[in-house]
Amino acid sequence: MAEVEVATAASPTGKVRQIGDTILEVEDITLSFGGLVAVNDVSFNVREHEIFSIIGPNGAGKSSMLNVINGVYHPQKGQITFNGKTRKHMKAHHSAAEGIARTFQNIALFKGMTVLDNVMTGRNKMMKSNFLTQALYWGKGRNEEITHRRKVEDVIDFLQIQAIRKTPVGRLPYGLQKRVELARALAAEPKLLLLDEPMAGMNVEEKEDMCRFVLDINDEFGTTIILIEHDMGVVMDLSDRVVVLNYGVKIADGTPYDVCNNQAVIDAYLGVTE
Amino acid sequence: MFYRETGQFKTSYAADDAIFPIRQDFLGFGIIMLIAFVGIPLVSNEYYFVAILVPFLISGLAALGLNILTGYAGQLSLGAAAFMSVGAFSAWNFITRLPEIPFVISFILSGLAAAAVGVFFGIPSLRIKGFYLAVATLAAQFFIEWIFTHVGWFYNYDPSGSISTPPLTLFGFELTSPISRYYTTLTIVSVLALLAKNMMRCSIGRDFMAVRDMDIAAEVIGIPMLKTKLLAFAISSFYLGIAGALWAFTYLGNVEPAAFDISMSLRILFMIIVGGVGTILGSFIGAAFILLLPIFLNISAHALLGDLVSQQFLVVAELMVFGGLIIFFLIIEPQGMARLWQIVKEKIRMWPFPY
Repeated sequence: MAEVEVATAASPTGKVRQIGDTILEVEDITLSFGGLVAVNDVSFNVREHEIFSIIGPNGAGKSSMLNVINGVYHPQKGQITFNGKTRKHMKAHHSAAEGIARTFQNIALFKGMTVLDNVMTGRNKMMKSNFLTQALYWGKGRNEEITHRRKVEDVIDFLQIQAIRKTPVGRLPYGLQKRVELARALAAEPKLLLLDEPMAGMNVEEKEDMCRFVLDINDEFGTTIILIEHDMGVVMDLSDRVVVLNYGVKIADGTPYDVCNNQAVIDAYLGVTE
Repeated sequence: MFYRETGQFKTSYAADDAIFPIRQDFLGFGIIMLIAFVGIPLVSNEYYFVAILVPFLISGLAALGLNILTGYAGQLSLGAAAFMSVGAFSAWNFITRLPEIPFVISFILSGLAAAAVGVFFGIPSLRIKGFYLAVATLAAQFFIEWIFTHVGWFYNYDPSGSISTPPLTLFGFELTSPISRYYTTLTIVSVLALLAKNMMRCSIGRDFMAVRDMDIAAEVIGIPMLKTKLLAFAISSFYLGIAGALWAFTYLGNVEPAAFDISMSLRILFMIIVGGVGTILGSFIGAAFILLLPIFLNISAHALLGDLVSQQFLVVAELMVFGGLIIFFLIIEPQGMARLWQIVKEKIRMWPFPY
């Protein structure tokens, strides 16, 4: 399996998977905090099974955009259509129920819990047994715990964190914490996975590992992925399409090649001389 | 050493998810329960039952109740004793006004009453956190204390404000002897502790801890904030309510608001801080520490220095040693004595190697 993945990573255009119809449609989103306009009239769409990147200089509104998509922030204007359902306002836990999972730029793990518990928490929304059966640890409460444990172990195997499953996450190094956070998001079996700088602060090897996991997730589960990343090499290699934001405004979108050669993008990143 | 998990292979996730996955822990716990149910009644006398064991068990249960809310769900509360008093007063009213229902049912009903009150006072937790929430729960403490001293119906218009409890009866037997009070308390506390342990290792417990550790991430994962926080208040208050009912019926023998004042709330909070926030075991260790250590100090101070120095000096010295010990234990392990116990176990497991 490893060789196949290396090959895919080397030539992302040669993937076998099918890109489907539009799964997420972002229309005219404007989000402002008081006078500061974080996202200004941005529209784009993401197709099923696609790896879609949002890039831009610092403060361009990338993370705000993710927060809008999964309902943490509520935009003043615009609407979002996910999986055929259009909405203007949505609570974060509703978007989780719809099948959107995410990781955070600054690790947002549950520090007091073990790796296993953290990943199990990713599946809590699917656990429907009431607290009485859980208190008695009997019947549905117990069965549920064990069936979900099996699913969680699959994710743990997939991301190769078996050895640390009983370790409290606070004791883990940074790179592994990022991986556990990915595991937690993945345990929810999302349709759409939002990754906010999954490779920030990593060394080259850790980045390669993470890239391989992102591609594997996309290949094996067919998960649609929206990626925010500053490492242009990673973005260009992984993404099917890219959207570029600058000061909250969309300045380009298209294939990595198109975006690379777009004059507005080059100006935004490098500055313009008079 | 004897404490090793070598050779204990698990072939199913059910075995790995057990409360005591290591056999020695299971045996150790079994021995403790055996001592509690069989050993202590054989050797103990009435004074120990009434003055030490019963209040220790009930305080442990109260600390466990607060630990569910503050330790697991991360909602700081200063109103623990108020919810205990709701349990105590409603148990008294259920048992005297509806004597035909068994006291166990009455206790459960009074736990539910406390849970309802807890949910009501938990509503502010949706908007405020930390110290501010603590102040809001302080309001519960004063308000409920006021109700039980001023609304006559609750205390049966008794002019003293303190009403004595009728004896608990089970299958026609009156549970009034010290040993039967001990058994009643021990059984209720053990069952509730087991239920709490189960809840805290299932999805409810993870919901609570997720809300405590990182509430935004918890919400993004799909944990409904409103439901989870109110459930934490409900379960915690249920436990506190039962503890309050036991405190009145099997320990004090009367119901009075003065027994559930702010200092009681603070004592329960100290128990979980000293014992270990977010652990079941810590609740009981903390209760033992806060409740039993002063008694132990008192006895040993009198034995050692009783003839040498004055009584007033001894009283002050005991308090100073007690305070010093609290600070000492918090400095060596800020996460409480349950964590200390865990570290000791890890060290024994590795012994004689350092890691």
